[in-house]
Amino acid sequence: MTAVVSAKNLGLTFRTNDGDVVALSDVNLEVQPGEFVSFIGPSGCGKTTFLRVIADLEQPTSGTISVNGMTPEAARKSRSYGYVFQAPALFPWRTIEKNVALPLEIMGHSDAERKARIARTLELVNLTGFERKFPWQLSGGMQQRASIARALAFDADLLLMDEPFGALDEIVRDHLNSELLKLFAATKKTIAFVTHSIPEAVYLSTKIVVMSPRPGRVTDIIDSTLPAERPLEIRETPEFLEIAHRVREGLRAGHSYEQS
Amino acid sequence: MTAIRDSKVFAIFVLVLVLIVVWYVGAVLLNWGVVTDRFSRDGATHSLTDIVLTTLSYTRPVLPAPHQVAVDLWNTTLTLAPSNKRSLLYHAWITLSATLLGFVMGTVLGVVLALFIVLNQAASRSLMPWIIASQTVPILAVAPVIVVLTYNVLTGQNAVAQLLHLDADAAQLISKAVIATYLSFFPVVVGMVKGLRSPETIQLDLMRTYNATTTQTVWLLRWPTAVPFLFASMKVAVAASLVGAIVAELPTGAVSGLGARLLIGSYNGQMVQIWSVLLLSAILAGLLVLAVGIVERLVVARMGARPA
Repeated sequence: MTAVVSAKNLGLTFRTNDGDVVALSDVNLEVQPGEFVSFIGPSGCGKTTFLRVIADLEQPTSGTISVNGMTPEAARKSRSYGYVFQAPALFPWRTIEKNVALPLEIMGHSDAERKARIARTLELVNLTGFERKFPWQLSGGMQQRASIARALAFDADLLLMDEPFGALDEIVRDHLNSELLKLFAATKKTIAFVTHSIPEAVYLSTKIVVMSPRPGRVTDIIDSTLPAERPLEIRETPEFLEIAHRVREGLRAGHSYEQS
Repeated sequence: MTAIRDSKVFAIFVLVLVLIVVWYVGAVLLNWGVVTDRFSRDGATHSLTDIVLTTLSYTRPVLPAPHQVAVDLWNTTLTLAPSNKRSLLYHAWITLSATLLGFVMGTVLGVVLALFIVLNQAASRSLMPWIIASQTVPILAVAPVIVVLTYNVLTGQNAVAQLLHLDADAAQLISKAVIATYLSFFPVVVGMVKGLRSPETIQLDLMRTYNATTTQTVWLLRWPTAVPFLFASMKVAVAASLVGAIVAELPTGAVSGLGARLLIGSYNGQMVQIWSVLLLSAILAGLLVLAVGIVERLVVARMGARPA
């Protein structure tokens, strides 16, 4: 089975007027099909940069990376992934269904095909009935769900999510997290998920990648022992707390708190 | 809501009232000299009321009073058939047609240049200085040259003229519209360059993740984002276009159009005529900007804008 993402000695240095900033240094990582991988770490640890490298939105300066066995550029050109940004980034002049249709229009799906996919993905994110609404008529959580539907619409096997729930309040966040797990179970996609919330990472992931800043690097990779079926109450169990503890230890090992 | 609208109407009403009062005072003061001059030549003594009333109804005033202009405007528009060559509406239409043609050409040219500048690195560096330079040329000086040149190209013995087969009227219309275009493309370029560059980075990244083509990104993202900028520029452009059409009629020996009426009025010292043309141009400009605003509201509503 080929890895969905495979990074070897990956490094990325931004050249700025104030000198070089090392965003990623010597990252080695494999993501297998069907995994839910969370990247966690304080700001500046390169977690978003790593996601953007996978998406071919940034170019690594050293090492190698393959996505679905291709270069990130080839993977992007063959539309291998859906990307969910920090903000919903919905086009305000398009209704919800037209927003979900956007990638389908670009990729040249037929009208009938579009309709079917819109209906299916909006149902997956529980937005059936909101097709004709404009983004501003929806709450923040619903907007982010619409943007997830948009990323799912063209059936890429890999979903890249960059702190998608970071701007939402905790109650909405809990709800969307359990929705996301259902979606993960239903679609069998591979998900790479950036977050800075320890409970979120532990609750969602099958694998947690702990990162630390200056330079951005991986300090720990934790395989979750939690079952696939995860009610919200699982967050009170000793097993959950133990993994959370190990994540916290990993973050501390990176001296991230002392530095920031 | 109604209270705000009412107060807005009230504010405009007050402003207009103040302007009219200032205008009347100005008319009395500016015409005072001419009137007293003439009265002293008559030898007879006149009361103050006499002098003031005469300053407001003098046939060859320095500054005509508002009601004189209003009466002249009324007589030259609504009492004559629009096809009558003495009707200002006839002349307004001549100018308006050149304005609209120039506005359309200017908007199209502006959008095309803006697209070129936004999509092409080299163009963005090389074109903008020329575009700005074009607007520093005094239009009044170059207008006759451009109008005559365009007219000759369109009607003379050359391939273009033979291809187009235009009559003199059409050639005249186009040559005036060229000046209107010259003035109106500029705000559109500036506004649209800004507008086409206004999508957020996250939205451009999104299009990149879909591997969208440049054309798709322009059509699906940059263009809709630029629409509010387009309308703001078009409001400036349509007014500039009217100025351009009038300027094009001024020094080129045109016999019809608002510009021609202005010039004839000034040759004959007909201040009343000049002022009614000026007032009509102002009304026309206001209506044009209003029309663009109405189209804007329709388009923006269709694009799902949140009601204010």
